Amino acid sequence: MSDEYDNNKTYQAQSSETMGGSAPTSPDMDYVRPAEIPDQELYHGHSFITKWVFCQDAKVIGVQYFLTAVFTGIVGLILSWLMRLQLGFPGAAGFMTAEHYYQFVTMHGMIMVVYFLTALFLGGFGNYLIPLMVGARDMVFPYVNMISFWMFFIAVAVLMASFFVPGGPTGAGWTLYPPQTILPGTPGAGMGILLMLVSLSLFVIGFTMGGLNYLITILQARTRGMTLMRMPLTVWGIFTATVLAMLAFPALLVSAIMMTLDKILGTSFFMPTILQAGEVLEYGGGSPILFQHLFWFFGHPEVYIVALPAFGIVSDLISVHSRKNIFGYRMMVWAIVGIGALEFLEY
Amino acid sequence: MHPGIIFFLVILGSILFHIFTPWYWTDIASNWGGMDDTITLTFWVGGGVFVAVCLFMVYCVFKFSYKEDRKAEYKPEDKRLEKILTWATTLGVIALLAPGLIIWNQYVTVPKNALEIDVMAWQWGWQYRLPGKDGKLGTTQVININDENPFGINLDDPYGKDDVMIQSDAINLKNNRPVKILLRSVDVLHNWYVPQFRAKMDAVPGVVTFYWFEPNKTGEYEVLCAEYCGVGHYAMRGTVLVQDEQEYETWLGEQETFLDLIAKQQNLVIGDTKLAKNNNLNKE
Ligand SMILES: [Cu+2]
Repeated sequence: MSDEYDNNKTYQAQSSETMGGSAPTSPDMDYVRPAEIPDQELYHGHSFITKWVFCQDAKVIGVQYFLTAVFTGIVGLILSWLMRLQLGFPGAAGFMTAEHYYQFVTMHGMIMVVYFLTALFLGGFGNYLIPLMVGARDMVFPYVNMISFWMFFIAVAVLMASFFVPGGPTGAGWTLYPPQTILPGTPGAGMGILLMLVSLSLFVIGFTMGGLNYLITILQARTRGMTLMRMPLTVWGIFTATVLAMLAFPALLVSAIMMTLDKILGTSFFMPTILQAGEVLEYGGGSPILFQHLFWFFGHPEVYIVALPAFGIVSDLISVHSRKNIFGYRMMVWAIVGIGALEFLEY
Repeated sequence: MHPGIIFFLVILGSILFHIFTPWYWTDIASNWGGMDDTITLTFWVGGGVFVAVCLFMVYCVFKFSYKEDRKAEYKPEDKRLEKILTWATTLGVIALLAPGLIIWNQYVTVPKNALEIDVMAWQWGWQYRLPGKDGKLGTTQVININDENPFGINLDDPYGKDDVMIQSDAINLKNNRPVKILLRSVDVLHNWYVPQFRAKMDAVPGVVTFYWFEPNKTGEYEVLCAEYCGVGHYAMRGTVLVQDEQEYETWLGEQETFLDLIAKQQNLVIGDTKLAKNNNLNKE
């Protein structure tokens, strides 16, 4: 490796320039001083519980996130089999009523996008890879990191519980458009939708804790010599996706809270004057479009929250297995950041 | 088999499938050929990039497969190539986006001679209202809706009295006459969509949305609700019959106006009206 660096002094120097403030000020860019930080007190779980259950080690948390996300992913997968079964052989399974079909579509969509992919890429790969790839000892806030996972775990538990409440899970479509979502014409408009909203809120709260950890670890805890422009593209992908998520998820959180209020307290954030079965309901003056704005302020970036870490991982995998460095690394970094910026314009 | 060959067959298969697919769009029956052109352009841009990238990968798999005495070349950047790729991508994205903006502008610019049609959606069905002799629709309010006033027309609005009411999910249109579809919903989101017209928009409770099109082929078409609206969504259908002028005028003459309805209700026993209304509601 050191031979290669020598051949490309110009490249190294160039890439350091673009980093601005975070570049080491040493005139000799190739030389990296040995770390002079004192030994850190690292987290060590001693009992089974502190080692594998309530653990603050980012690698274990990463695995926990991974396994929980894969579990929900399998539930989502089975739901998609049931949907395919109904499409291929309509009515073959007696339990596949219209209600159940819509419920399965909804749960499949929500599970795959939020509870599976987001948790897998950011929670799973993020926790496991960030400290290892940027050379940090652990996440900067290990305790918050642990809480983040358990919030996610509770969110999944609440989501799964909605399969077993009277009326079943919500069947409002994964976009949860009001007014339909909380009106009786939709399956699971009672307990089902409430559990979904509570679960989403918990997910966002838990994710915010994790996301802060990823960002601050990447910005503050990199090892000496690991400049921003030397980070693996996987970390760049996770970093940009987390920035997007930190800006986008709050919109989902407030819309979930507002809809919960509409449902329980009869407020009219999203509810205009509505006539159902010949009766004018007590709602009035709200705007269903407002929800769509909030939802898609989350929904559009969400696509890239999921895609960007995958882009980074693919880049690194191809690069490693073809035994070549990444072509146009700096351009790739700007492309990832650019996608992130453009994504908010898409909304 | 060499992975490059398998990869090539995948590319070939995708193109052949696109050409010979049995699931292509229905024949168009309105002025929105531009919509189809936009999608076709998207196919060309997307398909072109797909084929180019995949063929490049096939080439690489053959050219650079592992050889014991060959070392990978170190080439971190190439300013010129990167510039070309960036500009090509930018052009591709512009080609994907710009036509959409132009079409959208046309979509919301309604021609002056368009006939306004009030499309009222509810869980789960449609009904329609056409302007009467005065050429204007009366104003409405959801609160006003009841058995005697199914569209919620404001009773003090003089324009409303002669409105033609079609309390059925079937409506007729005149061939080659532009129509402005005014969408409203009394409960949840719906979407009045006829695939052959290549046009749709959400009906949102609380607001009136609109779009326009000009049917240019006589025949009967199916209306689909294109925004998920609850358990009955799949059954929320209707029909549109596009007719030539004469047949259309005959049909229009047979329809009931709001005044007719009020007069009829004053003459009828209330129970009978309720029955008729219920029958209508139960149809779907
Ligand atoms: Cu509908």
